[in-house]
Formats: sequence, structure tokens, C-alpha cells
Amino acid sequence: MKLSARIAAPAVALVLAGLTATACGAPQTSDTGAKKDEKTGTLRVWLFQEVGNKPKEKVVDAAVAGFRKTHEDAKVEIEYIPVETRAQRVKAAFNDPKSAPDLIEYGNTDTAGYVKDGGLADVSAEFAAWDDAEDTDPTAKESVTVDGKVYGAPLFVGVRALYYRTDVFADLGIKAPKSQAELISTAKKIHKEKPDLYGLAVGGAYTYGAMPFIWANGGELADGSGSAYKAAINSDKARKGIEAYTSLFGDTNCPAAKCAAMGGNATVTAFAAGKAAMAVGGDFSHTAVEAGTVRGKYAVVPLPGLAEGSVAPAFAGGNNIGVLRSTGHRTLAVDLMKALTGKETQAKMFDAMGFLPTYTDVRADAAKREPFVAPFVTTLGSGTKFVPASPAWGQIDSSLILPTMFQEIVSGRKDVAKASDDAAKKMDAAFADAG
Amino acid sequence: MTSNSTAYKAPTAPGTDGPPLRPLRRRRPASPAGRPGRTPWLYLLPALVLLGGLLVYPIYQLGLISFLEYTQAQVSGGEPATFQGFGNYATLFRDSQFWQVLLATVVFAAACVLATLFTGCALAVLLTRVRAVPRLALMMAALGAWATPAITGSTVWVFLFDADFGPVNRVLGLGDFSWTYGRYSAFALVLLEVLWCSFPFVMVTVYAGIRAIPAEVLEAAALDGASQWRIWRSVMAPMLRPILVVVTIQSVIWDFKVFTQIYVMTGGGGIAGQNLVLNVYAYQKAFASSQYSLGSAIGVVMLVILLAVTLVYLRLMRRQGEEL
Repeated sequence: MKLSARIAAPAVALVLAGLTATACGAPQTSDTGAKKDEKTGTLRVWLFQEVGNKPKEKVVDAAVAGFRKTHEDAKVEIEYIPVETRAQRVKAAFNDPKSAPDLIEYGNTDTAGYVKDGGLADVSAEFAAWDDAEDTDPTAKESVTVDGKVYGAPLFVGVRALYYRTDVFADLGIKAPKSQAELISTAKKIHKEKPDLYGLAVGGAYTYGAMPFIWANGGELADGSGSAYKAAINSDKARKGIEAYTSLFGDTNCPAAKCAAMGGNATVTAFAAGKAAMAVGGDFSHTAVEAGTVRGKYAVVPLPGLAEGSVAPAFAGGNNIGVLRSTGHRTLAVDLMKALTGKETQAKMFDAMGFLPTYTDVRADAAKREPFVAPFVTTLGSGTKFVPASPAWGQIDSSLILPTMFQEIVSGRKDVAKASDDAAKKMDAAFADAG
Repeated sequence: MTSNSTAYKAPTAPGTDGPPLRPLRRRRPASPAGRPGRTPWLYLLPALVLLGGLLVYPIYQLGLISFLEYTQAQVSGGEPATFQGFGNYATLFRDSQFWQVLLATVVFAAACVLATLFTGCALAVLLTRVRAVPRLALMMAALGAWATPAITGSTVWVFLFDADFGPVNRVLGLGDFSWTYGRYSAFALVLLEVLWCSFPFVMVTVYAGIRAIPAEVLEAAALDGASQWRIWRSVMAPMLRPILVVVTIQSVIWDFKVFTQIYVMTGGGGIAGQNLVLNVYAYQKAFASSQYSLGSAIGVVMLVILLAVTLVYLRLMRRQGEEL
């Protein structure tokens, strides 16, 4: 009796506290909107720390020097933040404007989420009036756009294509696959002939490597736009793509016990280490593959689509630079954003880091200078796809809904129909939450 | 001791303000007990302030947030936080995955607690039976495991059991068997690691307790011909009961809240989330998905479960006549 009273009292108090408390009891930043627009002072910028960051720093420094020539009263402080912990850093910046930077680099799948969080400034007017922006390719522009408003400038795009081992292919007397069916049969053939190699390295947690299979079959992740998205991952076409991708797991190509847990980096690492005959890798994976044991023994072609000779639509990844809504130097910050993402800087960034420019003309020039990127430029040119521009995407991505679906299928827990229905249900819940 | 103090307190308890019940010469020692309202609280005040600030306030916030709609948009001021009542709890309790994770957590924690207590107690008894050098070696090994940060230990264990490069598979001749692929083998692997890093606390504490048992009691039992098991069951365990209660509660709390090992060793919850436990699940909800309110609700549920387990356990112990 005494005991239950002792438990009951705090419990009741807790409930009462919850019931009577107003929302302002929970910690919240009341208003992060900017109140002033100073024309002097220090601009703080957060950029991502890349593997081998020195060349990037040089290009950025040159762009900043150009900016300072026309804005002598402004100072610029650049900080390179680790990619792995960016989510926490950026969230913290949104929550505490005092310690927040003026500009940030961000992954383009985060755009809608950051806009919903109220973190990014709308720069539609400045973007429209900017000469360089005319040549921005449509997918890149889509990746900074939410509900028709522009929230930053694209810095580079990244797409994935098919890396394959030229020596293995020559050895077996086969050619690079031309269609999805041929890709799958080639992968199985290689694994049969050379059991030590994965035919095509695939990963259950490699969402962006699996997407092209779904898109090539005419499937979509979700239908709709703006706040009204509906999951389409369980449509018949999408299921065909899921079936095609998951058929690559198993003893005939990539054993589920090892491959179910792999993500994008793990598959590229397996290829670079000479454990796979093929892998879906990005233009940004080039350095990692070059550093591996397969250097000089591989080539890249666009990932084949359904029809012979077609290209599977690739996911248009990449990063943008945006101005924070809380900045006290809006005009200066927008000018610096232009300096950092302009044509000149992007051309230099490509030479230094291999990041593909977002301007169609600059990209075409780049492909002439460096033949390696040709298959990636072809992939971009034949149409790319983007994840739903919904704030829910961040949540769908980070709560591992799609990796869970693939893993459930390849580990034999659920069939394609059931797993995709469950994933669609979870995606719809996320869309509803965000709407 | 216990009966003495109750007998002493009893007559003074009713007279908080009234005339002293005792002759004046007893007044001085009786005075603190004569006004139980203030003086003890005065002494407790610094600790209470500290506890209130560091413990009660965060729990209050946790409870509060669990009743709100509270995602990243609310934190950064993009949208106002709205009161949801028990909405988050309803969402949670309707989520079939939550119940699966809860069940897995309870079973996994129970297995960890039993394994830890058994290993810890067995090795503590062993410590009392071996010579100085092996005892020192065992102590050092245990302390080493204890001192290793959980994240380091987990990473090393994952490497040891790696399908391609791990020495364990090579020694056992398991080929490229993947420990983390199957649900039970992954949980078993994590259990071994949890056991490895938490048995030393039990062992050291119980060993200290055994050393405090008068030697003649144990000697008498041995002379009566009691087996080692019998000595443990009938002599040591009853005398160690307060210590065992403490290490059990500690183990329950620790193993119920296990996070690092699962997060590191199964890559954030295993293939298709098969190895999720409540704490990792709460983290995935609160931080990975920015659903802070749902994460808080899970936190509150865990708190309530742990409080309930602890209180029930203490109650049972007290009923068996042990004053703790």
C-alpha cells in the first residue's frame, strides 16, 4: 500500500506536469530569422571535410580571395566539418543561431528537411538574377528547390555508374553488359567461374545503388509533389526492380550473409580490394578505387537499363551551398555563395577533386579534359532521378526503411510483395508526419 | 541495530512541537530527532539541490517532451510545439516493432544478467581458492576488461569474430561464417561481449564480500564436510545477500540499457533491425529520425520499467526479512 502510493505520487505529478505545461516549457529556439543585414564583419562557412581535403582547400581559398577583392570589409572564416557528424552539427546550428555559421555545405537529399526545420534562407530572387545559374542543369536546380523556392546553389553533382574489371572480363572472354538482364547473368557467370569474386558487389544497405534498378523498371519511390507524396515502392514496376536487385544476393553472386549488411562504401571497398568483378560506384569513388589493388585493371560504363544499350536512370547526388536563415550578413553571404559555387570555382573544383560541375557547359569542358568522367557525364545526360523533395525523406533515409526492406527480402524473412508493402506503409507514415 | 533505533525514536515521534517527553538531561541528544522536520533536510539540502538539478529536471523535461509534438522543426523554432497528450505513447504502443524490441530487450537483458552474475560469482569464489599469482593474473585480466571502453571492446570483438579476417573463425574452423547475419548468433556475440565487460564488477564486489565473511564460519562449514556448492548456497550467499542485491540491480539496469555494444557490433541494430534493443531503438527514433518526442516516450517507458523492476525486487528482498 505504502509502496504503491510512493510510485503513484510521482507518476501523477509527471502526468499533471505534462497536462498543465504549456509548450514553452520544452527547450526551443523561438525565432531564428535574421534581424539585420550588415555589410561588414566576418562570414563563417562550414564545408565538408573530404578524404584528401587539401586540393579542396586551395580552390576554396582562391574563391574566397576573389570574393575579398570586391568585398574588402568582409572577412571569411572557413571551417571543414566531418561528414559523419554533419547532421548533429547542422541541427545544433539551427538550434543556436549565435554559434551558427552564415553558410553551409549540405547534401542535396537534406534540402527539404533543412527547409522544413527553418534553417535555410530563400534565395530565389538572387538565384534567378544570377547569370551563371542559367546553365545549371535541371536536376541540380531541382535539388535546391522546395515548393518552387530556391534555397541555395548547387556545388557539384555525383552519379553512379558500373565499374568493372577489364582483366577478369578479358580472361573470361566477356564484354561489359548492355542490359539489366545481361548485367545479372554476367554477374552470376563470373561468380560461377571465379567463386572468390562477387560477380557484382551489391549491398542490402546500399539504397542509392539499388534505386537505378527500380527506376529502370519504371518504378518510383513515391508519387506526388510538395507536401502530398504517396509511397510507390510497392507498385508492380517498382517490385520488378526490387526483384532484379535482390536476385543478386545469394550464393550465385553475393552471399546474403556478407552482402546483406553492406552499404555503398563497403561494396566499393570490396571492388577496390579486388574482391568483386563489378560494382556500382560514383564518380566520387574514383580516388578510392585508384588507391586499391585494382588500379589500371578496371573501366567504367553507364549502368545498363532494361532495353539493350539504354542507361538506367541514376540518382543525382551531390552537395549544395546554402545561406542560413539566421545570418546577420545576408547580402554578403549570398555573394560569397555565388563565389563558391560559380562556374570558375566549379571548374577548378573538378580539376582538384573530380567533383562534377552542375553547369552543363562547364561539365562538357571537364569531360574533354578528363576522359574518365565520360561515362558519368553520359549517365547524367541520359536523365537522372532525385529522391522525393519532401522533408520526410531525411527521416525515411535515416530510419533505414529501404535498407530494412532489402535486408528482409535477401535474408528470406519476407517476400518482395510483403516487404515492399511494409516499407510503403512506413514511408506513408513519414510523409504524413512531415506534411 | 534496527530494533534499537526504532525503540528510541518511537516516544519522540508524536511530540514534534509539544513539551519534551524525556527528562531535561536527555534533551540534547534527543533534539535532532525531536524536530524531524528541519535539521535533516538542512543537511540533505546540498545533495537535494544537486540531485534536483541533475536528475529531476532532465527527467521532467523527458516526460514533458514525451507529451509534445517535438521534432527538429519544433526545436529550431520553425513550428510551435503542440501538446499531444498521450498521442506519442499511443503511437508507440500501436507500433508492433516496439513490442518486438521490448521483448527482445527483456530476454536479452535477462540472459545477460544471469550470465554476468553466474560468471562473476563463480570467479569470485575461484579467486578465494587459488594462490596469489593466478589470483593476481585473473584480477588483472578482469580489471583490464572492466577498464576497456565499451566502444573499443565492441570494435575489437567484431574484428575477432569477423567473417573474413577474424582469428576466431580460423581457430574454430568456421570458414566465413558471419556471426552478425543470424539474429541469435548476433545476440549471442553481443551477449559474450557484454558479459566480458560487466562480469568484473560482480566478481570484484562479491570477492570483497566473501573476504569480509569471518574465516571461522567458512572453516566450520568445511569441517562439517560441506561441499563448495553447499558452502556457497548455505553460508556465503545468505551472508552476501545485500551485496548480491546491489550487483543484481546494477546489472539489470546496465544490461537493460545496453547501447554501445549493439550499436557498434550489429551496425545500429542488425540486418533489418533484428538486433534492436530499446535504447538503440530510442536513439534511432529520437536522433536519427529527429522524432524527439517519440524517443522521449521510449525513454519514459524504460524508466518506468526499470523503476518497477527495482522496486519489486527490493520489495521481495525485504519480505524475506532482509533490511537493506
